Amino acid sequence: MSIDLAQFHATFFEESREALDAMEAGLLEIDANGSDADTINTIFRVAHSIKGGAGMFGFNDITSFTHTLETLLDELRGSRMQLTARISNALLQSVDVLRTMIGSVQHGLPAEAERTASLHAELTSLIAGNDPGSALGAAAEPAIEAVVLPAAEDSLDDIEFTGVVADVVPVVAAPTQWTIGFRPLPELLTRGNDPARMFSELAGLGTLEVHADLGALPEFASLDPEVCKLSWELILTSEVPREAIELIFEWAEGDCELSIQRRQAPVVAAVAVDEPEPLDAELTAANVAAPVALAVVSSAKPVAAEAAAPKSANADAGSIRVSIEKIDELLNTVGEIVITQSMLSQLASRLDGVTADRLKTGLAQLETNIRELQESVMRVRMLPVSFVFSRFPRLVRDLSQRLGKQIKLKMTGEQTELDKTVLEKIGDPLVHLVRNSIDHGIEMPDARVAAGKPAEGTVHLNAFHKGGCITLEVSDDGKGLDRNRIIEKARSRGLVDPGAVLTDEQINDLIFLPGFSTAEATTELSGRGVGMDVVRRNIKELGGSIELRSDPGVGTRFVINLPLTLAIVDGLSVAVGEEVYIVPLVTIVESLQLKPGTSSQIVDHGEVFSFRGDYLPVIRLHEIFGVEPRARDLHSGLLMVVEGEGRRAGLFVDALLGQQQVVIKSMESNYGRIDGVGGATILGEGTVALILDIPGLIRLSSTWQPARRIA
Amino acid sequence: MSATPEDLNAGKTAVRQMLTFCLAEETYGVDILRVKEIRGWSPVTRIPQSPRHVLGVLNLRGAIVPIIDLRTRFDLPTAEFTPVTVIIVISVKTPDGSKECGLVVDSVSDVVDLDPSALRPAPGMAGNASSEYIESLATVDSGMLILLNVDDLIGSDLQQVGSASRAAA
Repeated sequence: MSIDLAQFHATFFEESREALDAMEAGLLEIDANGSDADTINTIFRVAHSIKGGAGMFGFNDITSFTHTLETLLDELRGSRMQLTARISNALLQSVDVLRTMIGSVQHGLPAEAERTASLHAELTSLIAGNDPGSALGAAAEPAIEAVVLPAAEDSLDDIEFTGVVADVVPVVAAPTQWTIGFRPLPELLTRGNDPARMFSELAGLGTLEVHADLGALPEFASLDPEVCKLSWELILTSEVPREAIELIFEWAEGDCELSIQRRQAPVVAAVAVDEPEPLDAELTAANVAAPVALAVVSSAKPVAAEAAAPKSANADAGSIRVSIEKIDELLNTVGEIVITQSMLSQLASRLDGVTADRLKTGLAQLETNIRELQESVMRVRMLPVSFVFSRFPRLVRDLSQRLGKQIKLKMTGEQTELDKTVLEKIGDPLVHLVRNSIDHGIEMPDARVAAGKPAEGTVHLNAFHKGGCITLEVSDDGKGLDRNRIIEKARSRGLVDPGAVLTDEQINDLIFLPGFSTAEATTELSGRGVGMDVVRRNIKELGGSIELRSDPGVGTRFVINLPLTLAIVDGLSVAVGEEVYIVPLVTIVESLQLKPGTSSQIVDHGEVFSFRGDYLPVIRLHEIFGVEPRARDLHSGLLMVVEGEGRRAGLFVDALLGQQQVVIKSMESNYGRIDGVGGATILGEGTVALILDIPGLIRLSSTWQPARRIA
Repeated sequence: MSATPEDLNAGKTAVRQMLTFCLAEETYGVDILRVKEIRGWSPVTRIPQSPRHVLGVLNLRGAIVPIIDLRTRFDLPTAEFTPVTVIIVISVKTPDGSKECGLVVDSVSDVVDLDPSALRPAPGMAGNASSEYIESLATVDSGMLILLNVDDLIGSDLQQVGSASRAAA
């Protein structure tokens, strides 16, 4: 073929991955709710379109594997085979194998040839070890190939599978079919005619099947792209009059041999493919009608890959793929507009007069519009949490099987939306938490029964909005944390002083420490080199926090709080000396002004003040950041009670300036990371303000000594 | 380090254009292809825990760009910032990718065409750390021109900031 197919590879890979996800989801649903015809049909179609695509691009391994897979699915679909656990496992593994195969052709990764081969054999044996009823179906398959192959030999590679596309045919009551023989003269292309365009017009009239005859194609080396050596056999299933078809070929008239013949298509039942007789008859009829002798299985689905295109178009009608960079660019620009707009508003506020009033009204309107625009762009980046949650049914199923545990996965709030960047990065931590719950949390069935709990344990994934945050929860009804063991472990590793008495929360916190892993408990599952400290670090990098609640015998609950987006934060702007800082609103508990004499100095521990019965440390922002403040006395400035990672502190600043939503800019893109600073933003007047990283500041202040001051 | 062989080879084939600027009586030059823009001084936002020569950050059309005082960087006596103080915004190649950064200089002088034959390698100057960042010297009508290798000068700086605070974290 003269077309460079490589350009379509990326689409094929992406579509195949999505298709495999759908297939996996379908299989898991069958696993959970029993087999139903619709789902099996869906899975079959998925396998089929992958096969079609792979065949078209010449990925023969994938084609042959999916072919076997498809045969097995076909058996299931025809109800000639019952879906057993063994088959279901084999099918799920096929999904994995196909993912690997696609990955291997895409990135040149090593293919798991052995696993593929053994699974292939397994599938074949499943097909062969079928009850007599299936023998019929099995026999039908080679029969089709036999009809097809002679024609395929001297023509296109993918005709072989075109022929084998023994696909489901929708039940259509005797539609009219037009057989169009289109044999262009070699000069066709030089006269401004484009066969592809004509065919797409034809496809607009009804269902079109296109078969190209490549027999006349010369060797690649002697190929002249301007000389048309192809001819086509088109089958259009549509009720259009002959004139409509002739009209399409009007311009090519004289440059081609055109034959348009009408014929009645036989009625084909949806299961026709399973019955050899009508199929054979159909094939024979097609062969007779088709001078190029291409095998034609009556049909709405010509080449699988072609069928895949309209299908996916239907599935996500009205949506397009946009690269994330484009959206970020858009978001950046909108951010700039917001800044410019607020600059203009500030300028306008200094003006007087009638025109100035009108200008202000206009600017107020503009502000509303820009905010809406900004929100819309933000929403583009949002995806439902189900994108991450969808991988868990499989994970839970596999793990519980391997461990011999009975576990039910409950998922709620999957439609809660979250920024794509956050979503992508939260996947791995969540997987780790779920693995932990399954591995360490949920007990073996007999232990559960002995403890008076149902044998089947539950892992619950939940997502919901709370304030400006999103909360993700992973909870289980297992045995809870073994606090004594954790303390023991922590002591033996020197993480805790032998004499120290810890509260429950402090003990829970221990498992997040680097280097803490209850070694005996580390199994193949949880011992994957990712500790809870990594989980916490990942979440922190996203500006979130993780908390843990655990009751012995009742269960464990991990609560992850995440910001909705990484691009915008609600904050209070505060002044320290000449500088303006932004404190993220979510970290602020309260702001207060101390009365003289309500704070005290503790030797070696700095200042503390009393807040609702607790003593909190004072963080003097001007000292840590080395800024000359206006207020030095605690009672002359403002104390903001802030919270980060479960710790509270009083942040001492000069004054509060106001609340605003700011676009977060990275400090790292041109500079580097600064402790206690989460990022920067641009204020209305165009100056830069630093956004404080409260947890980082609290950590910094606990290790900070005046000597380290850098002026 | 002085000019790399690649630099010299590239220099042999074509005349290089240099933006020259003044800093405490001396004339320096940077490759004009590195210069993104020249702008007047405006007050910067200070950033904590930064080296003394990093004055702070500025908003450069939406990007947060660090501003470096070259006088402090070269241990020269500091000068007062006035509205005629100039910031040359350049792009710097670092191992983390290309970064933008502003250099505060006394004044911008000229754009000169330098014939590769006019370039002389900088002699090893003992004890002066900043000689590492001199790519080469050149003679022009007005005297000697010191060509800066901004990647080594600033890139290593930005690099240090990043890794230092990462290590501290």
